[in-house]
Amino acid sequence: MQEVEKIVNGKDLFKRPEYQEVLANKKQFESSMLAINPAKVEEIAEWTKTWDYREKNLAREAITVNPAKACQPLGAVMVALGFEGTMPYVHGSHGCVAYFRSYFTRHFKEPTPCVSDSMTEDAAVFGGLVNMKEGLKNCAAVYKPKMIAVSTTCMAEVIGDDLMAFILAAKEEDGGEYLPAEYPIPFAHTPSFVGSHITGYDNMMHGIMSQLTEGNKGETKQRINIIPGFETYIGSLRSVKSIVEAFGTDYIMLGDHSDQWDMPAGNYEMFQGGTKIEDAKDCINSSATISLQKYATSKTMKMVDKRWKHAGGFSNPIGLKGTDEFVMKLAELTGTEVPQKLKVERGRLVDAMQDSYPYMHGKKFAIWGDPDFLIGAVSFLLEMGAEPTHVLCHNAPNGWEAEMRAMLDTSPAKDSLNVWAGKDLWAMRSLLFTEPVDFMIGNSYGKELMRDTGTPLIYIGFPIFDRHHLHRYSISGYDGALNLLTWITNKVLDQLDEDTKGIATTDYFFDLVR
Amino acid sequence: MGPETLEAKQKAAIEEILKAYPEKAAKNREKHLGVGSPNDENQKTCGDVRSNKKTVPGVMSQRGCAYAGSKGVVWGPVKDMIHISHGPIGCGQYSRAGRRNYYIGVTGVDTFVTMNFSSDFQENNIVFGGDKKLGKCIDEIEELFPLNNGITVQSECPIGLIGDDIGAVAKTKAKELDKTIVPVNCEGFRGVSQSLGHHIANDTVRDYIFDAKVNVNTSDVEVTEYDVAIIGDYNIGGDAWSSRILLEEMGLRVVAQWSGDATIKEMALTPKVKLNLLHCYRSMNYISRHMEKEYGIPWIEYNFFGPSQTIKSLRKIAAFFDESVQAKCEEVIAKYQPMIDAVIAKYKPRLEGKTVMLFVGGLRPRHVIGAYEDLGMEVIGTGYEFAHDDDYKRTKEEIFRSTVIYDDVNEYELEAFVKKLQPDLVASGIKEKYVFQKMGLPYRQMHSWDYSGPYHGYDGFAIFAQDMDLAINSPVWAHSKAPWEMEG
Repeated sequence: MQEVEKIVNGKDLFKRPEYQEVLANKKQFESSMLAINPAKVEEIAEWTKTWDYREKNLAREAITVNPAKACQPLGAVMVALGFEGTMPYVHGSHGCVAYFRSYFTRHFKEPTPCVSDSMTEDAAVFGGLVNMKEGLKNCAAVYKPKMIAVSTTCMAEVIGDDLMAFILAAKEEDGGEYLPAEYPIPFAHTPSFVGSHITGYDNMMHGIMSQLTEGNKGETKQRINIIPGFETYIGSLRSVKSIVEAFGTDYIMLGDHSDQWDMPAGNYEMFQGGTKIEDAKDCINSSATISLQKYATSKTMKMVDKRWKHAGGFSNPIGLKGTDEFVMKLAELTGTEVPQKLKVERGRLVDAMQDSYPYMHGKKFAIWGDPDFLIGAVSFLLEMGAEPTHVLCHNAPNGWEAEMRAMLDTSPAKDSLNVWAGKDLWAMRSLLFTEPVDFMIGNSYGKELMRDTGTPLIYIGFPIFDRHHLHRYSISGYDGALNLLTWITNKVLDQLDEDTKGIATTDYFFDLVR
Repeated sequence: MGPETLEAKQKAAIEEILKAYPEKAAKNREKHLGVGSPNDENQKTCGDVRSNKKTVPGVMSQRGCAYAGSKGVVWGPVKDMIHISHGPIGCGQYSRAGRRNYYIGVTGVDTFVTMNFSSDFQENNIVFGGDKKLGKCIDEIEELFPLNNGITVQSECPIGLIGDDIGAVAKTKAKELDKTIVPVNCEGFRGVSQSLGHHIANDTVRDYIFDAKVNVNTSDVEVTEYDVAIIGDYNIGGDAWSSRILLEEMGLRVVAQWSGDATIKEMALTPKVKLNLLHCYRSMNYISRHMEKEYGIPWIEYNFFGPSQTIKSLRKIAAFFDESVQAKCEEVIAKYQPMIDAVIAKYKPRLEGKTVMLFVGGLRPRHVIGAYEDLGMEVIGTGYEFAHDDDYKRTKEEIFRSTVIYDDVNEYELEAFVKKLQPDLVASGIKEKYVFQKMGLPYRQMHSWDYSGPYHGYDGFAIFAQDMDLAINSPVWAHSKAPWEMEG
C-alpha cells in the first residue's frame, strides 16, 4: 500500500512484495513460456544470440521486424511545416494524420498541426472528391493558413485519386469564398508503399517548388537556395543558416521548420516562422540551389539541375569534411573568401577533436538512421579514427550502399566494417550479438537493443522519444560536429567509469582526470 | 462562479465557436457540442450531443482509425502472440510501443508487445496482391520466434482495397502450422474512428479464440466459484495490476486480463468465469455481451478511478458473490481508507476548486471525473474521440455540474473552449499537450498517464493525486511571463 509521505509510481510500486505476489500468482493462467518453462525461454534467448540464428534472421525476405523507417506522408508533413503559415493536408483517412502528429510531437515535444479530409468507406468506393472539396474549404475557413500543402495516404493512392483535378474542382465549387483561384495549394502524391519518409519529403518539396514557381521564371538573382532535407535537428537548420549568413550572401532556406518546432512559451500560435511564400515563389530565380541531403531530395534536385539549371548540387554538412566541403562550395558560389568567423570555428573544432581523439580512436560503433545522416555521421566517425563496424540503413535508396562502402574502404579497418542496406533493427540485434561493438549510435528504437545486448546507446537520430531536447542542438556545421564529438566522447567516458567503478577490484582505472 | 453563469458561459462559447465554420460544417458540428448537466432530460445522451458520426473533413480531429482500435488497443497488448501490421510500413511504426501496455515477459523471445512486425508492402504487393508475402511472413515468424502462441494479421488500408484474402491465408497457415492465426480486417478507412476497430477485433476474438481450437493447454486450470475476468483494461502503466490486487484481496480469482499483459490462454479461459468485470465499456462491451449471450456470463461495468467510484464498484462487484466476499470487500475498503484519507488530506487543500477540462478516448472522459472530484477539483468540460450514444448516456451519471460536452472535438474547438472557459488544468492526449503548455496551462496526458501511473485502484489514486498536484503546483508555469512584462 502507498505511504502518503512517499507515494511511488509504477517504477517502484510493482517491486513491492504484495505486487510481486500478484504477478507470480497470475502466471498460473498465462500461456507465455516464461510462466510455463523459464528454462525454455533461456534456451531460445541464447539461440537468438548465435550465428545460426543470425543466418536465418538475415535471410528473411518477407517479414520486417523493428524497422528503422517510416512512410512517405510523414516526410510530406515535415516539408509543409517548413513554409510560412502552411497547413499540411493529408488526403486520406484521419488515422494516419493522428499518427504523424503524435510521432513528430513525441520527438519535438512541440505541437504538430496537420489536417486530413477524413476519407471513409464511401470515399474508398466513390473516390475522395467530396472530402477534398469540403476539407479544403473547412481547413481554409477555420485555420486560415497562407498555403495548404496536400499529400496522400496509401488509401487515396490505391483508389487513384487525382489531386490536381480535385483541387481545381474544390476551388471552382467554392467560387472564391474560402479558396480563391490564386490560393496556393501545392500537392504531391506520397504513396506509403513506395520508398520511405524521405521519399515523401522529396515528393512534397518537388511539388511545392515546381508548382509555386510556375510561370515565375525571370531574371536570375545572386542568391542561393538551401534545401535542408528531412532534418530533425532544429539546431542544424540554424547552424547552416549561420554559415550561409557568414558569407553575406542572399539565400532562401526552402522548408525551414526551425521556428515551427521550437516555439517559445508564453502563447500559442499555430504557425511560426518558415520560408516566406513569396520567397518560395521566387526560388526559381536564384542562381544556385544546394541540397544538404542527396538521398532525400533526388527528384527535386533533378528538376533544379535539369530544368532550372541552377549551380550548386549536393553538400552534406555533417562532420568536419562535410562542413569543409559545404563552406568551400559557398565560397565558390559566392566568389568570396571563407569568412574569418568560420575559420575560427573550424580551428576550435579541430582543436577539440585533437583533445579527445584517444577515446574514439579504434572504438567500434554500430550506427543506423537515414541515408544522408549516415553519410555525414560515418564520415565524422572516420575522421576521429573510430571504426563503424555496422552501418545499417533500412531505407537506403539506390547508390547509397556503394557510396557508403567506398567511404568505409578509406579506413585502415575497412575489412571489418560492414554496410547493411535494407536491413531492420532485428537484423541489427543479431549483428550485435555475433560481431559486438563498443557503442551504438541511433534513435530510441535502439533502446531494446541496448537492453538485450548491453551495448551502450548514444542517442543521435530520429525519432528520439525518451531523451529530452537533443533535437534542439545542431549536428551540422563545425559547431554541430563539436556536439557530436562531445556526446560521443562523454558517453565513452561514462562507460569507462561504469566499467572501472568496482570498488577494490577495478577502480584503479577510475581516474579523476581524463 | 455560480452554476448559472458557468452554464451561460459554456453556451456562449459554443455559439461563438461555431461562427468560424462554413455553413455545412457549422451545422454538423453544432450537433456534437452541448452543455450537459446531471439533470439532463434527454436520457439517450448527454448535453444532447450526437456521436459516432463521420468527422468533418479538414478540421484536425484527434481521432484515430480502425487499425488503431484493433492493433493499437485490443489485440496489440496480447503478449504471447505476434501482431503483424499488414500493409505499408508506417502504421506499425507510428503505433509502436506508444501506449505503455505493460507486461511481464522476455521481449522477442516469448512475448512481443513492444516490437513492430510489418509486411512492409511495396508497390508490387499493391499491384499483384500481398497474400503470398503474408504466407511467407508467417513462415519466417514461425522459424525465428518459435515461442509465439499465435499470430494476428492487422490489416492496413490497402488490404481491403486490393482484394487480398487474408482469411484464406490465415486458414491455410493455421492448419499447416497447427496454430491460431487471426485475420483482422481492420483497415483504417472502415468506420469513422478507432471504435469500429475495437468491434472488429472483438468479433475476431470470438471467432478465433472462443469458436476455434486454441493450441495452448487450458485444462490445468480448474474452475472456482470466484473466477472473474478483467475486461477492457490495457494495463497502461500497470493499471490492471493495481486493480487486480484489490479483486484478489477481496477473495476473487482473476483468471484473465483483457488485454493488458494478457496471454491467449487467459482469453481462452474466460468463457468459464462467473462474472466479467468491464472497465472500458466502449472497446470491449461487444465481447462481454457475446459471453453473456453464449455462455451466460453476466458482466458489470466498474470504475477504479478515485476512491468514491472504487468503493462503489468494489461493493457492486462483491454483491454478485457470497457473504465471505462481501465481508472481505468491506475489509479491503477499511484497510485502504486511512491511506486514502491521508492522500486527500494532503492534496485536496492544494487542488480544491481548480477546474479541469478533459478530452480523451474510451472510458476516461467520464470515469476519471470522480477521481478529480474526490480531490475537490471541478470538471467543467469533457468529451470523447470516438464514443457512441451509450457512452454519453453514462457520462450524464458521472458529471457533477453544468459541463460542456464536445464530441470528436478538433484542435480549433478545444483551443477555443479552453481560452473561453479558462480551466486550471487540461487533461488530454499527446497531440494537444504542447498547445496548452505553450499557453502556460498545466497539462496531463490522460492516455499514457504522462509516463507515470498506474492510476487505477487505491494505490493508483495516490499517484494520480500526486501527479495532478505536480502539474498544477509546479513553479514552472509562473516563469512564462518575463519580469519586464509584469504589471506594477
